[in-house]
Amino acid sequence: MNFQAVKAIYIFEMARFFRTLTQSFVSPVLSTSLYFVVFGTAIGSRIQTVEGVSYGAFIVPGLIMLSVMTQATANSSFGIYFPKFLGTIYELLSAPISFFEIVLGYVGAAATKALFIGVVILATSFFFVDLQIAYPLAMVAFLVMTCVSFALLGFIIGIWARNFEQLQLVPLLVITPLVFLGGSFYSVSMLPPVWQTITMFNPVLYLISGFRWAFFGTSDVPVGVSLLAIALFTGACVAIIGWMFKTGYRIKS
Amino acid sequence: MSAIVSVQHLDKIYEGGFQALKSVSLDIEEGEILALLGPNGAGKTTLISTICGMVTPTGGHVSVGGHDIINEFRAARQLIGLVPQEINLEPFEKVINTVRFTRGLFGKKRDDAKLERILRALSLWDKKDARINELSGGMKRRVLIAKALSHEPRVLFLDEPTAGVDVELRRDMWEVVRGLQADGVTIILTTHYIEEAEAIADRVGVISKGEILLVEQKQALLARMGQKALQIELQSPVEALPDALSGYDLTLEPSGDTLIYRYDTRAERTGITKLLSDLSAQGLVLRDVVTRQSSLEDIFVGLVEEQA
Repeated sequence: MNFQAVKAIYIFEMARFFRTLTQSFVSPVLSTSLYFVVFGTAIGSRIQTVEGVSYGAFIVPGLIMLSVMTQATANSSFGIYFPKFLGTIYELLSAPISFFEIVLGYVGAAATKALFIGVVILATSFFFVDLQIAYPLAMVAFLVMTCVSFALLGFIIGIWARNFEQLQLVPLLVITPLVFLGGSFYSVSMLPPVWQTITMFNPVLYLISGFRWAFFGTSDVPVGVSLLAIALFTGACVAIIGWMFKTGYRIKS
Repeated sequence: MSAIVSVQHLDKIYEGGFQALKSVSLDIEEGEILALLGPNGAGKTTLISTICGMVTPTGGHVSVGGHDIINEFRAARQLIGLVPQEINLEPFEKVINTVRFTRGLFGKKRDDAKLERILRALSLWDKKDARINELSGGMKRRVLIAKALSHEPRVLFLDEPTAGVDVELRRDMWEVVRGLQADGVTIILTTHYIEEAEAIADRVGVISKGEILLVEQKQALLARMGQKALQIELQSPVEALPDALSGYDLTLEPSGDTLIYRYDTRAERTGITKLLSDLSAQGLVLRDVVTRQSSLEDIFVGLVEEQA
């Protein structure tokens, strides 16, 4: 195991994050604050409570998930796509490191960044709403698992993408809609029965539901199912990455 | 001397069927500078990329320092430094960070004193905190070399290090390469500048269309190059050479009006003056005199054309 290499990739990636601190830190905080103002204040004044929780507090887990998922995916996909784009990937391929170590470095850094942003948003939300966390440890566990699994997904996208457009495509056309339709801003029970059934096929629902359970002790689907969903998703990502590296898919001829 | 890099019957067929390497075998001796000469698309970069791990071989074996590049890739790659042909660098990164990054990738602990020595040797120390995109093209190339040297490799591959580089920088680069050789580093460089191979290589390999056509000591090649031919055209054709000229290495062309005299330019006496006076003494009238030198380029072009 080449720990020095994992460390080198991790530090290099984190340095990029801190170099573009405004972009990586200020923008998620700003957009979250806007969500609180728009959703929490404007809509919240009409909805009052959802399942016994004030609407402002109810959307906090969904907002965090929205940012964490998009940030983990974006950071990770960009992290591995950029060396491909610049040609600096030759270094990774010619260094004495295994693919597992490459993934560990890039996914680890992307997950850390997403986690950092998630925590910042959580802290920000305390300024806007009165928030209690029922199961703090479970909350952290769900947050970390989401960061890691979506960073894995981002890594796949980064390897797959042939240009910047494709790099943006999946986050824009798949992840954002799934997060919005996965109960970020509402409880599934508020939907008509047909849509409730359709929503059950949205994998993001299980993540948001589990995360919300950690906050309020109530959820759309049982917590065990949420855990199983994250495990399956993570497993699928790991399997795809394993296959990509075995075949050298789009990185090695 | 023993082979530090051993390439045995290496094949590479790219997806789509293009065969870039055809059963290439090559032993690179420890401590030498080997220049791989070949036209564009000859397979130079594929050969280097395969040895370094960026391209998966279709067949054959490569070992570096006795370690197989596939089964013992960690041990093999640890010994290798690579300077790619393209200037592939993160534009917004600082010089020192990018060099540190490479050292880390190769599993070495951070050692700023060592990196300082490397950067100083490449006249980059003043630029250590500069961002890559602030550097000139020549400086960027030095950064690539610094990165390749950051983990103290025993074998250094330089893929066209002086392509598009001005004359002064090229000479600097040669100095750097000679300095590395003095430190015991084995160097393999690809080039299509013949003078570059002449200037710094110990051995020269010629590669074309995926095949190694020749690997020879540079001195032996130079000896061939030193041969010059003097072509003497006569006013009127002769049946045979006069006996008085039998002491010269002269051949009469079938047409009877052209004589070829071969001589070594590095010999103390080429014998040209005496030959010419002997020719006129024999009553032969000269119409024209042409000299031709067989250069490395001739040998090279000859080999490549022969193959085609």
